Amino acid sequence: MKLKVISAICLLLVVLFFSCQTDDEITFKRYYTTGSIVYQNSCQNCHGKNGEGLSALMPPLTDSVFLKANKASLPCFIKYGLKEKLLIVNKKPFEGNMPAMDLAPIEIAEVLTYVTNSFGNKMGVVTVQQVSYDLDKCK
Amino acid sequence: MRKLIGAIAIVLTYSACKFNAAPTALPIYGNRTPVTKTVDGKTETDTVYQTIPAFKTVNQYGDSISNKSLDNNIYVADFFFTTCPSICPVMHRNMLTVYDAFKSEKDVKIISYSIDPKHDSVNILKQYADKLGIAGNTWWLLQGKKDEIYKLSESYLVRRPEEDAKQLFIHDGYFLLIDKQKRIRGTYDGTLPEQVKQLIADIKTLKAEPDQIIGK
Repeated sequence: MKLKVISAICLLLVVLFFSCQTDDEITFKRYYTTGSIVYQNSCQNCHGKNGEGLSALMPPLTDSVFLKANKASLPCFIKYGLKEKLLIVNKKPFEGNMPAMDLAPIEIAEVLTYVTNSFGNKMGVVTVQQVSYDLDKCK
Repeated sequence: MRKLIGAIAIVLTYSACKFNAAPTALPIYGNRTPVTKTVDGKTETDTVYQTIPAFKTVNQYGDSISNKSLDNNIYVADFFFTTCPSICPVMHRNMLTVYDAFKSEKDVKIISYSIDPKHDSVNILKQYADKLGIAGNTWWLLQGKKDEIYKLSESYLVRRPEEDAKQLFIHDGYFLLIDKQKRIRGTYDGTLPEQVKQLIADIKTLKAEPDQIIGK
């Protein structure tokens, strides 16, 4: 009897916990989880498992200030790549090429949600609407 | 007398155990051919192992580098190209750990053959080396003739590089450990940190082999 009551209470608490999550939180988790897989497939080779980059060849993804300042350009960097563009990341210059990634806007939103909320960054969800809007303005 | 025999037996047993407990040699890879010759009227059979053949390249400083430049060196070789978007950054992130472990030792080197010599000129290789953060003569990035490099890859027992419309170049990410007699002593997947850790351990084992201390 006692055991039944305890397990019923536990179950109730678990249900409460999950139902208390807002839609935004669920979206965030969904984007973040899928984004980590996109990251592994498309970004990790160069930028590293922990976003550490590679010496002065590949920029790290740990510079929150850079990511915030260039938030609207990040989808363009991913979709169209970079060609000999000088970027200052973590106060160091990076001037090389980044290959264009053939990713859908939703995948870009997911991977950006992952990157901007990992490696010490905390910028919240990047929505597919935002990414589509930014992509239209790419130079 | 009995005691003496007992003592000798114990000493022998102990030394035998000690001898067996020291696996200090790495395997030798590649083809081998038995060669029989007559020395002082006696017939002797010796094994000839596969070795890395002669090659001609230029390193990131513009110096000519041939097979001879690596005499009396244990070295690690791999194949890459500077604009590689896939596995090369992973390989060289891992190779940096090998570089850091042995950069102060004179008889250990690393060589990376470019499989895109048309693009990877001495200048490009030097820039790559600077950006990677390597200096001195421990790690050479080599430019050679494309056909010769591709043919050479077969002597290292790696997949011959191929060109493909999308990926540009297809190659595998193996690191090869070569001893002072230019024999292949180990192959490691350069994209896996654990295997590269094993490579560092194996270089230490190899350095302690009698053949390697004497050199060629």
